[in-house]
Amino acid sequence: MELKDKLVSSFLAFEEEFGGENDDLHNIRNQAIQDFERIGFPAKKEEAWKYTSLNSVLKHDYSFFPKKDDSLEYRDIKDYLIDNIDTYDLVFVDGVYSSHLSQTTHDKIDVCLMSSALCKAPYKAVVDNYFNKIAPKTGLNALNTAFTREGAYIHIQKNKMADKPIQIINLSTGKESAMLLQPRNLIVVDENSHVQIIERHQSLTDRPVLTNSVTEIFAAKRAIVDYYKIQNDSTSASLIDNTFIEQQSESFCSVHTFSLGGKLTRNNLNFYQKGEHIDSTLKGVTLIEGKQHVDHNTLVHHIEPNCESHQDYKGIFDGNSTGVFNGSVVVEKEAQKTNAYQSNNNVLLTDKATINSKPQLEIFADDVKCSHGCTIGQLDEDALFYLRSRGIPKREAQGLMMYAFANNVLESVKIPELKKRINKLIAEKLGVEVGFSL
Amino acid sequence: MLKIKNLHASIDDKEILKGINLEINPGEVHAIMGPNGSGKSTLSSVIAGKEEFDMTQGEIVFEGEELSELDPEERAHKGIFLSFQYPIEIPGVSVTNFMKAAINAHRKANGQEDMRANEMLKLIKEKSEMLEIDRKFLSRSLNEGFSGGEKKRNEIFQMAVLEPKLAILDETDSGLDIDALKVVAKGVNKLRTKDNAVLLITHYQRLLNYIQPDVVHVMVDGKIVKTGGKELALELEEKGYEWLKPEQV
Repeated sequence: MELKDKLVSSFLAFEEEFGGENDDLHNIRNQAIQDFERIGFPAKKEEAWKYTSLNSVLKHDYSFFPKKDDSLEYRDIKDYLIDNIDTYDLVFVDGVYSSHLSQTTHDKIDVCLMSSALCKAPYKAVVDNYFNKIAPKTGLNALNTAFTREGAYIHIQKNKMADKPIQIINLSTGKESAMLLQPRNLIVVDENSHVQIIERHQSLTDRPVLTNSVTEIFAAKRAIVDYYKIQNDSTSASLIDNTFIEQQSESFCSVHTFSLGGKLTRNNLNFYQKGEHIDSTLKGVTLIEGKQHVDHNTLVHHIEPNCESHQDYKGIFDGNSTGVFNGSVVVEKEAQKTNAYQSNNNVLLTDKATINSKPQLEIFADDVKCSHGCTIGQLDEDALFYLRSRGIPKREAQGLMMYAFANNVLESVKIPELKKRINKLIAEKLGVEVGFSL
Repeated sequence: MLKIKNLHASIDDKEILKGINLEINPGEVHAIMGPNGSGKSTLSSVIAGKEEFDMTQGEIVFEGEELSELDPEERAHKGIFLSFQYPIEIPGVSVTNFMKAAINAHRKANGQEDMRANEMLKLIKEKSEMLEIDRKFLSRSLNEGFSGGEKKRNEIFQMAVLEPKLAILDETDSGLDIDALKVVAKGVNKLRTKDNAVLLITHYQRLLNYIQPDVVHVMVDGKIVKTGGKELALELEEKGYEWLKPEQV
């Protein structure tokens, strides 16, 4: 049976087992499965999916009923956590919340589970207001909504600051021969509040995993949200990340995406600016090899005047790897004095690596500053000569230069320990040593 | 030490060097002067092995070995060092890490183990003090945001650490104020021994007040048109290059 048919026909059984008693939610799910049945998975003939085919990842016979597994210990997963700073941790194993690996809170801020938020009274107002409100009606979003069960629920109340970063870790154990995971995260950051979040998906074996994740983020007036995605999974794990952010006036939101491994990774990242003096930042480093594929599909929707957006994506492609950057900026007629910047720079290390880079600017206002730049090239020969003239062999010199190329995206990472980790990951991938200091 | 015979080199089929002959012995300091566009910087790049130049004729022999088939890093391992006119910025790679990579690459090429960390710290500290380089400077990204003077001082610092046999200083004096120039010159002079040699490429006589050359060459249009002692530099300062056209020699 095709995956789509299998999902549709299993919906009722899933509802029965995990649906709970929230009627509103039940209706939302029912609507969603109908939408998915109608729309289905995206096909290559759709413009937004022209360079990314899901065929190879949809062919597996996935299990999608979460099963509880308590066998993992902290030591099994600590490599995937930033473990030497104090954090709140939400750890999910095969789609099920793992309480003994997590650290949640309800002290002034809520860092807890979607499954409880969806069915418990204290959260009802927030869920009614925000759940499934900004995710566009695509087949993938509808599928996630229909099967929504678990994920992170984070609510930072007005004038509060999350006192430490929050890590959302989704692990898969390979207990099933193939696993489909659909985490659903809701993050609401009220006025004058601040939060830092790190998200990671990690498969612990070589068995196929497909994750179709949906995250909705709401930043109220003057809220600050810093979101970091670490994508460094095994080559049998694929990820479709759908993240939607709505910002109110004077809010600052940034999303950094580090795509360093995985079979197929698709990042759908949309920002909606619903006020003035908003700042949206989208940055990414892609560093892949072999047959890996990473697709960044971004949208910044400038709706009101006097806002800014900054997009900076850098990619290094080795082997037969393929990359896509499809960056849209829409500036509505009312959005005068918009400053929108976009840059996408790529280095191809072999003749077989490819990148399709497609900036899309739709500007309906006349008093705006919008720029976009895209480069695809090899490493700078003069710089390479400089390093080699100091005795550094060509391969190592290339590694250092790629490190330097990717490095400036890291400048804006605000959690020092995270920055150090990512630096190290990138340096290791490039075979350079940069940890020596006086 | 270095023998260049009838060297011709071109880039994109345009000939820049048109028959250079030059011999440098251990312990000597040579200066090559000449107007802009005469090929001085090309000569230094060709000696160091920059691949975009085609050596069409002639030979470069360093310590008895023909260099033309060697990669830039192999030439560096043999003891050739080029101080760049425009040092390249490498964000995210600190001066210290860069030096560590360079030192260990040299050692590896000579069949030695990596240098121990404390030994390396000592070496870097000693050489940076010699060039009056602040410690904080060493943890900054290589050349990123450095002033012109800092970049040049950093080049000489690298030279001091790597201790080359032949140091080629390409327009090291350009962009330096007089104090920075003195520090750089002092560093170069301290590194002079009877076994190593220096080739100074310069547009102005100024640097030669601080680093005294044994031999001065004048290069015009891809050829060395005149060779003399250090007094030749003063003459050039006074008269300019106009009187030295290639056809007059």
